[in-house]
Amino acid sequence: MLTILFDGIAYGMLLFVVACGLAVTLGLMNFVNLAHGAFAMAGGYITVILVNRLGLPFLASLPLAFVFTAAIGILLERTLYVHVYGRPPLEQVLFTIGLVFMSVAGVDYVMGSQQQFVSIPSYLQGQISLFGVGIGRYRLLIIAICGLLTIALQFSLAKTRFGSRLRAAVDDARVARGLGINVNAVFAVTFAVGTGLAGLGGALGAEILGLDPIFPLKFLIYFLIVVTVGGTSSITGPFIASLVLGLGDVAGKYYVPQFGAFIIYIIMIVVLIWRPQGLFSRAVAK
Amino acid sequence: MSLAGHPVDLAPLTARGQASFARRARWSLPEIAFWLIAVATVFLLPSKHLILTEITILGLFALSLDLILGYAGIVSLGHAAFFGFGAYVAGLLAKYGIVKEPVLALVVSGLAATVLGFVTSFLVLRGSDLTRLMVTLGVALVLREIANQLDITGGADGLQGIVMEPVLGHFAFDIFGKTAYVYSLITLFILFVLARRIVNSPFGLSLRSVHDNPLRASAIGIHVNGRLVAIYTVAAGYAGIAGALLTQSTQFASLSVLDFERSADVLLMLIIGGTGYLYGGLIGAILFKLVQDYLASVTPQYWQFWLGLALVMMIMFGRFYGAIIAAVIFGVCTVLQLNFLHSILVTIALVLVLGIARPRILPFTANITERANSLQRSIRARLGRKAGAANASGA
Repeated sequence: MLTILFDGIAYGMLLFVVACGLAVTLGLMNFVNLAHGAFAMAGGYITVILVNRLGLPFLASLPLAFVFTAAIGILLERTLYVHVYGRPPLEQVLFTIGLVFMSVAGVDYVMGSQQQFVSIPSYLQGQISLFGVGIGRYRLLIIAICGLLTIALQFSLAKTRFGSRLRAAVDDARVARGLGINVNAVFAVTFAVGTGLAGLGGALGAEILGLDPIFPLKFLIYFLIVVTVGGTSSITGPFIASLVLGLGDVAGKYYVPQFGAFIIYIIMIVVLIWRPQGLFSRAVAK
Repeated sequence: MSLAGHPVDLAPLTARGQASFARRARWSLPEIAFWLIAVATVFLLPSKHLILTEITILGLFALSLDLILGYAGIVSLGHAAFFGFGAYVAGLLAKYGIVKEPVLALVVSGLAATVLGFVTSFLVLRGSDLTRLMVTLGVALVLREIANQLDITGGADGLQGIVMEPVLGHFAFDIFGKTAYVYSLITLFILFVLARRIVNSPFGLSLRSVHDNPLRASAIGIHVNGRLVAIYTVAAGYAGIAGALLTQSTQFASLSVLDFERSADVLLMLIIGGTGYLYGGLIGAILFKLVQDYLASVTPQYWQFWLGLALVMMIMFGRFYGAIIAAVIFGVCTVLQLNFLHSILVTIALVLVLGIARPRILPFTANITERANSLQRSIRARLGRKAGAANASGA
């Protein structure tokens, strides 16, 4: 019971780290980035290459996965995404689906279609007993990293100068420009951090979520659920939503394997009908 | 009717309205040619009937999406829900011998999808485009999950063991797919004529006004939500019939009919062909299937890469130039006989360069478009003068 709770939290934390970048692009920049999962996949494969082929230690490869994915993200943002901002959602959807198709086929060719595994060091394998509950060490690591990241994100959004600039740029880009904020640069950095986090999430989650070329399509709906249910105006909304989703998914698959998967879809539809802007959003003045 | 006590004669207005509707409903020459060619393929391309059947079915599916996207402006990322539902209903009807005759089974499947469309139409009334995309996607995924879990649908193995009775009791499905093609083509034509009547009716015009400006449409007394529900329901029925046709012609239904890729592909077909004139879906289906067939024969397994490239380019440079650019990149890779890895690298490099150069390329393409348009206008003006002269002499 408690183990399921623990697994669910670890799963939810992972989803959050991957999806929070999407929450930023979707909610703050109004950009429907269905290719977000592709960045998570990139992070996963970068880790696989670094650890399995080049023999780097697992923990050292995590920040590298973040950096590389963020670099890919900023490259694509500056060259391609920048042309699609402000277009109708349908065009953004088609554009990013195109990117997903390209990444899926490309990765399939380069890395093969079979599922990849990251060799995790022995000190992260196995379980430790905490208050009589068996807890996977790896999952404990995930929770620790993701928890710290969440706090750091919340802090940087709420307390730092960059966070306030970002919020200003989001609330009203024109006024923010008028105040001398370089809105484009702020968005570019935000996009890079978002994709970097997705890459980190993909690297951490390769073991739990399973890493293969159709990853971006397989988990697309999960990320979208996190963002749409959680609302996109804050970090806490998606955070709570991903924890609930993670717990619901793990518990659902354990207790009622027949219905586990569509309970979450139905929850999403109901939430969207009931509150189209997401559960935890501010009142939207539209 | 009267205005301030004076009787107003509405007859001329009504007559003008009717004349305008009659003009809209007239079949033009290219349209007639399109269908004649379609009929000719039955006799001229007997070896291609299998792929032609597939094109016909996809065309019907894209036509149904055009009804909601092109005419009502409802974006959907889960239109496969109705396609798949129709496919499974048709499969189950045939497998368990509930309705044996294919045409009747087709109608029943279409009606079943219509009911599903009516029920789910209330989900797309609220919220922004983004919400609609998510909700429609969610509906399709829920259905896929149900089909995956139920025993009766065969889960991941698909619905096997479907045996089709002859159409109308006379025309048995043959292995060359002739019956299936003629059957699909006739179905498509009947439904197309119906759709044509719908969009050229006053109802269709009111849909267009909803599409262009819902607020104004409601201000002139159009019940916006009612119209959206109606067209969504009709389109769902169309998609259901397309799905049922697929099951009947292949005698198989699998989870792929409900895949996300199917919804994405149909959207792509419609975008390729253009929305809002009914033929867009059909033309898009033809182009999509031919290109896909070709790519799948050149790079099996990885053809989606080129599809994705085409999509990205079409959004960045417009439908026409994007397709050309994507084709050129593909052509270069093919002519140089690069292996797929090098093709990927070359393509990525070119895409990034094109992305950087886009602000310079756009004026260039806009210039070409402007010239082509002015040429077209001048030709039209000349033809118009002749037609105008003929009319004048006639009157």
